[in-house]
Amino acid sequence: MAVRHRARSSPGSADVFYAIADPTRRRLLDLLARGERPVNDLAAEFSITRPAVSQHLRILRHTGLVSVLRHGRQQRYRLRARRLRKVDGWVAAYRQFWSRKLEFLGEHLARRP
Amino acid sequence: MSRALRFEAVYPQSPERVWRALTNSAELAEWLMENDFEPRAGHHFHFRLRGPFGRSRLIPCEVLQVEAPRLLAFTWGSPESVVTVTLERAPEGTRLVLEHRGFRGVRGLAMHWLLGRGWRRKIRERLPAALARFGPADSGEQSAD
Repeated sequence: MAVRHRARSSPGSADVFYAIADPTRRRLLDLLARGERPVNDLAAEFSITRPAVSQHLRILRHTGLVSVLRHGRQQRYRLRARRLRKVDGWVAAYRQFWSRKLEFLGEHLARRP
Repeated sequence: MSRALRFEAVYPQSPERVWRALTNSAELAEWLMENDFEPRAGHHFHFRLRGPFGRSRLIPCEVLQVEAPRLLAFTWGSPESVVTVTLERAPEGTRLVLEHRGFRGVRGLAMHWLLGRGWRRKIRERLPAALARFGPADSGEQSAD
């Protein structure tokens, strides 16, 4: 499904949608929205294995939704808000489209009784 | 997948008048888009979405339900993406509710999640503050998209 979208989307955005289509990754983003976290700390929130969590984090990182900071041997993950704003922008575009059209309908009705 | 984009508007005209604006092809073209719409279920039609620089794209649609003067439903671009418009007589005239649901694939999921989790607000209010706290590193590593 992600592949089908890729051709029609702006570069990179299909990956974002693919990345957040998964509930575990959405939960990871929810957790990171509250602040940066080390990977062990994140893994502790899930019942799946740490390698599985790491795999999800890798996908998020690859998509640019999170970045990793190294503090010595520790890796901390951080949300990158810009990429999410792109998703939000897409929803907003649809909202704006219909809102404007319904305003036009009102104007049209007033113009042509 | 029950979430949808939902819009409400109240117009001073009667439901019958609003219904005509919704179902008459020439009137639809005036406020929505050029089209070859006909008000009968099963009718396949297109809206022409005009882009910048004279470009345009046809959106394939199919009429699903026509119940004058209160309910119109049609698909939008793909069979899963459905626009439903309902009209209701109100003291002020007509209450119109438009729902657009069933955005397909991952985009649909993304939207359900965003709308469901209050992410719009989070993104607008909390994340800029978080970004400010973490400093400019995020913009420095931003890719070209």
